[in-house]
Amino acid sequence: MQTLNRAIHFNRVNFHADEKHILKNITGSFYEGTITSLVGPSGAGKSTLLKLCNGLLSPNSGEIYIKEKDIQTYEPVELRRAVGIGLQNAPMVNGTVYHNLALPMTLQDKELEEKTAKDLLEDVGLEEEYLNRDVRDLSGGQRQKVSIARTLVNHPQILLLDEITSALDRISKHEVEELIVKINQKYNVTIIWITHNLQQAIEIGNYVWVMMEGEVIETGESTLLKSPNHEKVKQFVKGEMD
Amino acid sequence: MSTLALAIALIFVLIPIFLSKTFNLGLEKDTTIAVVRSIIQLFAVGYILKFVFDTESLIYIFLMVIVMIVAATQNARKKGRAIKGITWKIAATLIFMEVLTQAILLGFQITPATAQYIIPISGMVVGNSMVLAILFLNRFTSEVDSHQEQTELILSLGGTPKQAIHTQLITSIKASMIPTIESQKTIGLVQLPGMMSGQIIAGANPIQAVQFQLLVLFLLLTTAAVTSIMLGFLSYPTLFNQRMQFLKMR
Repeated sequence: MQTLNRAIHFNRVNFHADEKHILKNITGSFYEGTITSLVGPSGAGKSTLLKLCNGLLSPNSGEIYIKEKDIQTYEPVELRRAVGIGLQNAPMVNGTVYHNLALPMTLQDKELEEKTAKDLLEDVGLEEEYLNRDVRDLSGGQRQKVSIARTLVNHPQILLLDEITSALDRISKHEVEELIVKINQKYNVTIIWITHNLQQAIEIGNYVWVMMEGEVIETGESTLLKSPNHEKVKQFVKGEMD
Repeated sequence: MSTLALAIALIFVLIPIFLSKTFNLGLEKDTTIAVVRSIIQLFAVGYILKFVFDTESLIYIFLMVIVMIVAATQNARKKGRAIKGITWKIAATLIFMEVLTQAILLGFQITPATAQYIIPISGMVVGNSMVLAILFLNRFTSEVDSHQEQTELILSLGGTPKQAIHTQLITSIKASMIPTIESQKTIGLVQLPGMMSGQIIAGANPIQAVQFQLLVLFLLLTTAAVTSIMLGFLSYPTLFNQRMQFLKMR
């Protein structure tokens, strides 16, 4: 792990919201080109941690470094293009799949070439005829794929995925899992993703962070979930926690 | 109209009270309070207006307009409590509307610079602005609340706060302006406007009454557009911080 470059580094990060201590003294690193799974019970602070990496939220104390550069020194727009995030419910804007894929470009007053849009669809395993389909007609799995493809338009170096498989059926889940690995390998994108499925975390992730009640309890290679050291993590792995 | 005639007209108050009692609507107390309040308020305003018209003092005209703006701001701010600093934003919008309309009316000598014209027109402009502000704030807070995911999505893709809130802002501006535009389409066909009716009853030439009413309609169109747009563009930046992060409404 020591030979890898740090894509993101947290140094004693705390985050409060409405007087609630959501993240407590988080320290640790995510490494370039790897896939790290964030696991833990609901309310552990996993989604908040992702939003801190993308600058949608800022910590109350501590420092976050993206590519060894303090996150505060990035322009918010520049940061969010470099660190993409796939949000939990894959929110869409009204219109077609093309409208949604083109959104990152539209926000820069640019156009997305149709060929690029088709290539992106192919990358995420959707046929090109989906391009003109209304997003309201997409299934949950298709929405997640479009959401991921849309994030890739900005060519992010880091991709954050917030429980993107939680509402999917078994087949869609498997397809999205394969997609995550493909993106990581094809574009060498660092991926941090939240999952409630420990088997997924072991199979897909290189590394894992186990979070509980705003704290990082255990980190390491994803196989640690097979034989954790911490008592709480043992209980979590056995399914004795939510 | 004589005082006796007005007293007889109280029959129109007794009818709803009687109906409320008969059908157990429970609105007798509210109706009575509303009538008593309107009698007191309107007579008080009548005497104040008479005093101001007699003196023709600019200070009194100014004070009356200030009272209108303060009262309208107090009323409208309740709908926008979730937006930081909404009180001064509404006040600034109402003041701007008043200054803009009076500058055009007096600057082009469309209306004379007398209390008799300035005060009623100010009342209509400020009152309409207040209603528009309430309609806008009501819709805007609900749009922002129900589209938080879209706002966050656009920010997450590298959009600016203005881009993130654009759809909600435009929807709210349009929604608040529509009643004014729609009501003007049927004016004269469905309803005769109050000001025009009042002038005709008071014995004014109907054509002149129509001219004044048209002036008011034009004013209300400007009021509708400027109030919602100005309030919208003053309000949305407070939903974000300097790091372009979306702040949840209070």
